[in-house]
Amino acid sequence: VNNARDLVVDSVTGVDLALPVAGPGARSYAFLIDWLIRAILFTAWYGVAALIYNRRWTFIAPLNPDAKWFVLVVTPAATMYFLYHFVLEIAMHGRTPGKRMAGIHIVTREGGSPGVGALLTRNVFRLVDTLPLLYGVGLVATLATRDHVRVGDMAAGTLLVYERRDIGLPEPTTTGASSARALRSSDAEIVTELLQRWPNLESEARERLATAILSRHSPDAAALPRHDADLRAQLEGLLRGHLT
Amino acid sequence: VSESPSHDSNENTGPSPNTNANTRASSASNDSTNESLNPNTTARARDQALETSLLHRAERWKAAAARAQRLDREPATNLADATQMADDYRLLAHDLARARRLIPNTRTREYLEAAYVRAHATLYRKAWHPRSTLLTLFRDEIPAVVRWLTPHIAWATTIFILTVFAGYWMVHTYPDLIGLFASPDLIATVERGQLWTEGILNIVPSSVLSLQILTNNIVVSLFAYCAGFIFGLGTLYILGLNGLMLGAVFAFTSQHGLGAALFRFIVAHGCVEISVMCLSGAAGAAVGEALIRPAHGNRMESFRIAALRSGKLLIACAVLLVGSGLIEGYISPRAVFPLWARLAIGIGYWIFMIALLRGWLFHRPAPAFPASTPAASGAMIHTQPATPFPTNPPTSRSPKHPGV
Repeated sequence: VNNARDLVVDSVTGVDLALPVAGPGARSYAFLIDWLIRAILFTAWYGVAALIYNRRWTFIAPLNPDAKWFVLVVTPAATMYFLYHFVLEIAMHGRTPGKRMAGIHIVTREGGSPGVGALLTRNVFRLVDTLPLLYGVGLVATLATRDHVRVGDMAAGTLLVYERRDIGLPEPTTTGASSARALRSSDAEIVTELLQRWPNLESEARERLATAILSRHSPDAAALPRHDADLRAQLEGLLRGHLT
Repeated sequence: VSESPSHDSNENTGPSPNTNANTRASSASNDSTNESLNPNTTARARDQALETSLLHRAERWKAAAARAQRLDREPATNLADATQMADDYRLLAHDLARARRLIPNTRTREYLEAAYVRAHATLYRKAWHPRSTLLTLFRDEIPAVVRWLTPHIAWATTIFILTVFAGYWMVHTYPDLIGLFASPDLIATVERGQLWTEGILNIVPSSVLSLQILTNNIVVSLFAYCAGFIFGLGTLYILGLNGLMLGAVFAFTSQHGLGAALFRFIVAHGCVEISVMCLSGAAGAAVGEALIRPAHGNRMESFRIAALRSGKLLIACAVLLVGSGLIEGYISPRAVFPLWARLAIGIGYWIFMIALLRGWLFHRPAPAFPASTPAASGAMIHTQPATPFPTNPPTSRSPKHPGV
């Protein structure tokens, strides 16, 4: 992940999202796993259904296959093989078992899960990506493009990004904190702003504000200083109290 | 007091350098305070306080991450839960912004990044309403695509017809050229005075025949669409090849007195099948044109828009080809159906296709506002049915209106 390019997505909050783009290696790994699963599913269905159909120990198609052969044996197996990606990507919100194992998933350029239309387009264009054989076009495209996308992804406006692994949140480092340690960020901002504006404020106003703030963090309001300089010193002490 | 990230803009700003006499007097009276109150110390102290307060919100992050994970798996059934999700998103964004600045190389920041990404994905995931999506697709979106693709459809049809005539002329003039378009078995069968379709049901049952035909036709249509990626040349090739083959085979069968029999076989399913070929070709041509002369943004953006738009038409094409395949498997090979019945089926199915593509098969709800109100209210109200595509598609990457 370290050298991967990030897909940076703007958000309404103004805080962008950084999604590390998956490269050809992760994509190929996911594809191989998915291909193996597809092949196993296809073979298993075909084998079992062919045995049931033939009623003897042979997997060979009959010379003149009837509708039952196609309905029971061929169509379900082919459907599993060819619609594997499309169906699972819809059901698993842009993931497949292979992608999950590789730790990647499909997102739109906006960072969200792709819709059915985008997933359909992405998979239809496999017809181009598989040319001339063994995903030749797709592999070259993922190697050559900046976001490592194949033609299907270009058409659908999607790309593959790494999942952010679930990591545990460390325990807070402040235990048994003093009142200064428990200073909320909003209070810290107010104290800082008050100190910045201190020289420009009327002495009455700054005394009133300082007393109001300090009284919230002092168990004994009567013990609060009255002098201008002391109030200021106390505010500064409150702000840097946790440093000492 | 708002805890918006905008407050952070002042975080590195130290005390104002402008000091008045009063301040100087008070500062002079407390030298130790003056020494310790330098901008760096204040900023550091404040950052430390912010960091401490940030870490105290860990339980809220965990709750937000758990909610995002739950709503990612299952739909939100309760309004409070959904709105809380939006609040969580803002909370995570705000805290992540602070964490990126204050504690960039920590697990806490990583945790927040992951939680924020998950909340974003959950919040922006489209709702799953298959029935209304399908209805909108067939009632509004596909007719809009057809209107947009009208020039492409006209050109694709023209090219197809021209190649049919070209194929017919080639084989009519040089009969040996049929070897380029037809298999030796087909040629031998026609030379014996038979159509290759005769007795086909003795070998393959109708259901199997239908399945094979519709699968093949859908794949060809999808290829015609996807091949537009080669700047439209692939689409042109598939359209041209199919047109040449049709014309050549008609010329060849006509030379052996089987032209009418071939027409009789084709007419029931061919009207729609050939039309769908032209429609897929038009979709592919639009994709190719988007690459040759981009209409929106850069070449890739234009390609993406064209592929996603015209791809919707392929869904209608696939549905129509299923019907065509069934007709070709169950009706076309059976001699029991007279020509008039075949013509009726062919033309009737073609009219059905037009109705489907124009959205006439689905009830369109009345506009929400009467057309006469704008003058009275002075407001601008759009009375036309909503078009699925804006005239100028958005080029911005950022989603502006989140929804749960």
